[in-house]
Amino acid sequence: MALVAKPPTREDYAMRRSTSDRLVTLGLALVALLWVGPYLWMVATSFKSLDELVRAPAWPIPSHFRLDAYREVFATLPVWRYTLNTLVMAALIGALQAALALPAGYALAKLTFRGRRPAFLMVMACLMIPPQVTFVPVFMMLGPLGLVNTMTALVVPFAVSAFGTFLVRQALLAVPNELIEAARLDGAGELTIIYRILGPLVRPTLAAMFLFSFVYHYSDYFWPLMMTTDDHVRTLPVAIALLREQGTGVRWHIVMAGNVVLTLPVLVLFVLAQRRILRAVTARGLS
Amino acid sequence: MSLRPTKAFHPYAMLAPTLVLLGLFSIVPLGVAFHRSFFAWDLLTPAEPVGFDNYRFLWSSGELLEVGWRTLAYSVVVVSASLTLGLALALALNREGRFYAFVRSAVFSAYVVSWVAVGLLWLWLLDPQAGLVARVTRGLGWTPVDWLGNPKVVLFTLAGVTVWKITGYAMVIFLAGLKDVPRSVLEAAALDGAGPWQRFHRIVWPLLRPTAAFVGTTSLILSFQAFDIVRVMTQGGPVRSSTIFVYAIYEQVFVNLRIGRASALTVVFFLLLVGLTGLQWRWWRNRPRAKTTL
Repeated sequence: MALVAKPPTREDYAMRRSTSDRLVTLGLALVALLWVGPYLWMVATSFKSLDELVRAPAWPIPSHFRLDAYREVFATLPVWRYTLNTLVMAALIGALQAALALPAGYALAKLTFRGRRPAFLMVMACLMIPPQVTFVPVFMMLGPLGLVNTMTALVVPFAVSAFGTFLVRQALLAVPNELIEAARLDGAGELTIIYRILGPLVRPTLAAMFLFSFVYHYSDYFWPLMMTTDDHVRTLPVAIALLREQGTGVRWHIVMAGNVVLTLPVLVLFVLAQRRILRAVTARGLS
Repeated sequence: MSLRPTKAFHPYAMLAPTLVLLGLFSIVPLGVAFHRSFFAWDLLTPAEPVGFDNYRFLWSSGELLEVGWRTLAYSVVVVSASLTLGLALALALNREGRFYAFVRSAVFSAYVVSWVAVGLLWLWLLDPQAGLVARVTRGLGWTPVDWLGNPKVVLFTLAGVTVWKITGYAMVIFLAGLKDVPRSVLEAAALDGAGPWQRFHRIVWPLLRPTAAFVGTTSLILSFQAFDIVRVMTQGGPVRSSTIFVYAIYEQVFVNLRIGRASALTVVFFLLLVGLTGLQWRWWRNRPRAKTTL
């Protein structure tokens, strides 16, 4: 008599599925902890006192919520000025990139003229030249001009984004020529066409570009570190990183308080504008 | 079909700011770096022409190979780990529900936060005495690893922290790619008796492969350009064991004041990036499209 295995019933499948589902959920909860935990630890540390940090460094919850570390950060650093420097720099870069990409993208997408192809190729070639390649020569070029330690050195090298120009050109390719011809017939000048008619039409692209560039430059450490040597136009990330270098080693509550000051605005912006940021990132990736 | 400009100079005026600035801050610097790579210069005394000496030094001292291998090792770990993890998370999180949305946001948030913040945070977590990781390790009765002080480990620690930061990027791009996988096909396959592995292997992966190639090459180029995390967490140490390419250039300029050598390193670095970009453009041609036909 052959032994016939009982075919698995519906319940068997449901059982198996729910165990594996539970395992996946458990794994995902661990993943969430691995990513959120460090932020919580940062915040918890920033509310502790030095004494507590030395005595029980692994105890997660501070015994008293102390603001001492924040007070010290604000006392030792002109936090507001650095924040203002950083915001002005990031906003200027974002605005200039959008303002300059529009006319350039328009010429490349819509107008016939001699040299269009080489101009386009030049823009594309510049995609291959990141700041990590240009910082040494740019530093040498700006030094003799007295431009190191100025807002100019922080903003102007990024006023044009090759990738942004490319994105705007792509977006403008989809705009029908008739629209531009009609505007011309109505007597609109080219500047009006670019900024008043085409600008609003490609607004999602411009917004994504601005947002990406703003967040990137607000957090940028590399370029401001290279181009500033004193605290004249120092930006927040550079200043916060210096907290640790000046620190005596155990004053982690102060470093973490500075880190919260640096991170919180970005995390708030992230929560508020997550969809837009996601779109900006995937647009960059998939356009 | 294109339009004729109303005035012949218009297109040139529209492109002038863009092309001038790109020229000044991307193309001219390349030329300057190339030119300076044939000089010995310390910024203080006049530069002296030395021919190929800078390149020769970088090669014969072993500096170039050491830095190159280190950068490659770091990048390979970063790319393979963030790609695998990002894909796994995208597959597990590609569904509705608050919990899944929360995990997606948590992982992606690290990509938005600055490198300085991430570097400082992990510096504290990995602190050999008071850091949480060492405490937990000791609490479990194991000997803690000297994550940042051991020259054999430090590069992989940096790679691990980088993976923590950029996995969200890979995950998000994979999630966008998964939108192109038609649900009806997956359901039909499931009805025909295809298990999860078969469905992934036969349907999902072939559709995601261009996305994977794109994420892979993009993260490879970005990890070659890593600097912030090295500067914040290790300053290239201990004993230069985490000195990767951009940090090596920085060190030549701001620590050693050797502009010529820094320029030569910059030129080599640029050529490497061109090679990697060529690789990327080969994949870019079969890049993920908005709509995939099946």
